[in-house]
Amino acid sequence: MDLDAVPQEGNTTLGGHRKAVYARNAQGRLVLAPSRGWEAEEIVTSHAVDTLMAQARAARARVEAGLSSPLEYWMYACRMDVALLAQTSGFWQWRVRRHLRPAAFQSLSATQLGRYASALGLSVDALRRLP
Amino acid sequence: MTADTLFSPPGRVDAAARPTGGFEHRHAAHCESGAISGLLRHHGVPMTESLAFGLSSALAFAYLPFIKLSGLPLISFRMPPRAIIKGLMGPLSARFRFETFRTPEAGQAQLDALLAGGQVVGLQTSVYWLPYFPPDMRFHFNAHNLLVYGKDGDDYLISDPVFEEPVRCASADLARARFAKGVLAPKGLMYYPRAIGRRSVDAAMVRKALRKTARTMLAPVPIAGVRGMRLLAGKLDRLPPGDPHSVAFIGHMVRMQEEIGTGGAGFRFIYAAFLQEAAAIAGLPALERFSERFVAIGDGWRSLALKAARMVKGREAVNPEAVAGKLRHQADQEEAFFRDLKALVR
Repeated sequence: MDLDAVPQEGNTTLGGHRKAVYARNAQGRLVLAPSRGWEAEEIVTSHAVDTLMAQARAARARVEAGLSSPLEYWMYACRMDVALLAQTSGFWQWRVRRHLRPAAFQSLSATQLGRYASALGLSVDALRRLP
Repeated sequence: MTADTLFSPPGRVDAAARPTGGFEHRHAAHCESGAISGLLRHHGVPMTESLAFGLSSALAFAYLPFIKLSGLPLISFRMPPRAIIKGLMGPLSARFRFETFRTPEAGQAQLDALLAGGQVVGLQTSVYWLPYFPPDMRFHFNAHNLLVYGKDGDDYLISDPVFEEPVRCASADLARARFAKGVLAPKGLMYYPRAIGRRSVDAAMVRKALRKTARTMLAPVPIAGVRGMRLLAGKLDRLPPGDPHSVAFIGHMVRMQEEIGTGGAGFRFIYAAFLQEAAAIAGLPALERFSERFVAIGDGWRSLALKAARMVKGREAVNPEAVAGKLRHQADQEEAFFRDLKALVR
């Protein structure tokens, strides 16, 4: 890649931040150049973010319909899945899955709620309901 | 707070809030090579990011279908995390202290003590919990590297190699990032040099590193090097074009390439820069030509990424076989490249 080919397409997922890339200058030396990002990266990153947001939206609808506990919404909103939430909270996966059901979630103790809240970086109060 | 606003805006970039205490921040393409080269420069070793990357033989390829990230296989364009740091210990006869901690409190106390003693400290962190990252980049990825060079009130002063300027981070956020759980959990890992035996790089080290990379890329195992690329191409061939899973797989492949720690093309360009430095250090002018060749290979990776990304976006018909074809072409190019390189430094 030559220096004048360093992409400056203003990738929105970079939030105005610039990445460093190596490119060839006029003398043929590879030098570090800041890049505002390019299309390929923007497409795949926003695709991944959109997938996560869609999961959170679907979970929200299930919570509103009384089919899921708010934990499911927050799990996806914090870009996690059951496996990761199990690792961060220290609950086994089958217990996490169980706690996604409203009835099981209701019967969680304050300590257990606290473990989920701290894994997700939320207050217990926020975890109990939808935003 | 909703999913859209959960991620606070990126932290204020803090260029001139406080002198860096003699520490020089330099922007880098990759976090680990950037962090370790910054740390070594701080200790008087004339180390660049690309030299650190090449000398530790960090360039690689691996397709690990049995390790899943949200249900999709791990595809890596470099050696596993910490390979760059560990790979430089031998050539420089350096000893580093690596510490992990059971509790965030202990980790923070030790960090504060080292900073008070004037030490610049390398940390492994999660990206997700660092508020100064752009919201769309905050995924649960645990092998990010950064340097801490000071503390101002409750804020740590951080030289994050992938940012243009030094940043700051509140202690509670940094503690979360250091003690995030999951795959590659950092457990508060911090590192700093105890002794550095050699402060210059010589021809023998360079030749050894080149041989090692050639060996990795031509390794006789199906999941690594050029064979790994061909295995992945075979997997792509078998993806049904109409299935949403195929789109997710192709998108994932490009993300592993272009985003997770600068990606395939990015690493190829760093390595090309190393080859130019190596030509001078090892007295092998032929490496200049190899560098040019490797830039062309890097451009090939970029064009593959663009084609695949356009399929994800729906600008081109989803055609996994076309992506596989381009991938095989890259494998052929890299195989020929590393065979020639091996012959040169034998």
